Amino acid sequence: MSPALLTIVILGPLTYLFKAVGPLAMGGGRQLPAWLERLANYLPAALLAALVVSSSVVNGRQWVFDARLAGLAAAAIALWFRLPFIVVVALAAVTTAALRAVV
Amino acid sequence: MAGQAASISLAVAPFGVAFGVLARQADLNLLETLGFSTIIFTGSAQFAAVGVLGDGGTVVAAVVAGVLLNLRMIAFGVVIAPALAGPRWRRAVSAQLMIDESSAVGSAQDSLEMARFGYLLTGGGVFVVWNLATVAGYSALRGAGDLVETIGIDATIPAVFLALIWPRLADDRQRLVAGLGAVIAFATVPLVPVGVPIIAAAAGVIAMRWPRSAP
Repeated sequence: MSPALLTIVILGPLTYLFKAVGPLAMGGGRQLPAWLERLANYLPAALLAALVVSSSVVNGRQWVFDARLAGLAAAAIALWFRLPFIVVVALAAVTTAALRAVV
Repeated sequence: MAGQAASISLAVAPFGVAFGVLARQADLNLLETLGFSTIIFTGSAQFAAVGVLGDGGTVVAAVVAGVLLNLRMIAFGVVIAPALAGPRWRRAVSAQLMIDESSAVGSAQDSLEMARFGYLLTGGGVFVVWNLATVAGYSALRGAGDLVETIGIDATIPAVFLALIWPRLADDRQRLVAGLGAVIAFATVPLVPVGVPIIAAAAGVIAMRWPRSAP
């Protein structure tokens, strides 16, 4: 078995296990315990904020401040003015691309 | 919300192409490459694992990198579980569509019904585009990585996540949790392996215990 195939055979089921444990153990419209419901209400804020950080100022294990940050700022301004989702995303791309073209 | 799902699905295409290119460079065959995109189906872990293999790393190193990146799916599962009603087999299938984007769109909706719809639409859309893009990258397009940077596609990803968290930030305590999560994720970047800062940021939820209003 090739290394790539072996990686799929091991990592695939593990990844699926991580994905499925919540939906299978807690899904199906079952009432969650109060503390877990509270946790589920706040967890997305922490995780989404972390995803914003990891996709904007991080490359691998380093902080990298580049044109992506300008794109993120443009997105924030667009959101402040309540512009539609697609406009927010497009402005981020255009701002970043423009800055890269100039610098 | 269907618009969110559609634009996110399109935005991931260049990354799927880049993955196909990477897999080709790492000497994977097409079936193995697609195996990653269908079975594992989590972008960052795919890049990490195949990157490790391409650099001559061991299977163990590739698996560990992927596991560390994907542990966060447990947290997403807790968040999205209430929305995935229905028989067990359907929840089992829906779980495969769990990625950052589908979890984020799902968690940003007001009702459980909309959450399920947003999650499935985004997850399904990305799954299709991701795999098509993987094949495209593997078979043809070179220099796709450069294209991602030239037209600013990489900047759409943080914009998507910011747009999805935005409505939550109107609430004081949600804002505290988000702020603490961001600080933890930022501060731990150089200290721990890739992917772990996002797991560590989950500790930001302790901010929900802070008093509702400042004294």
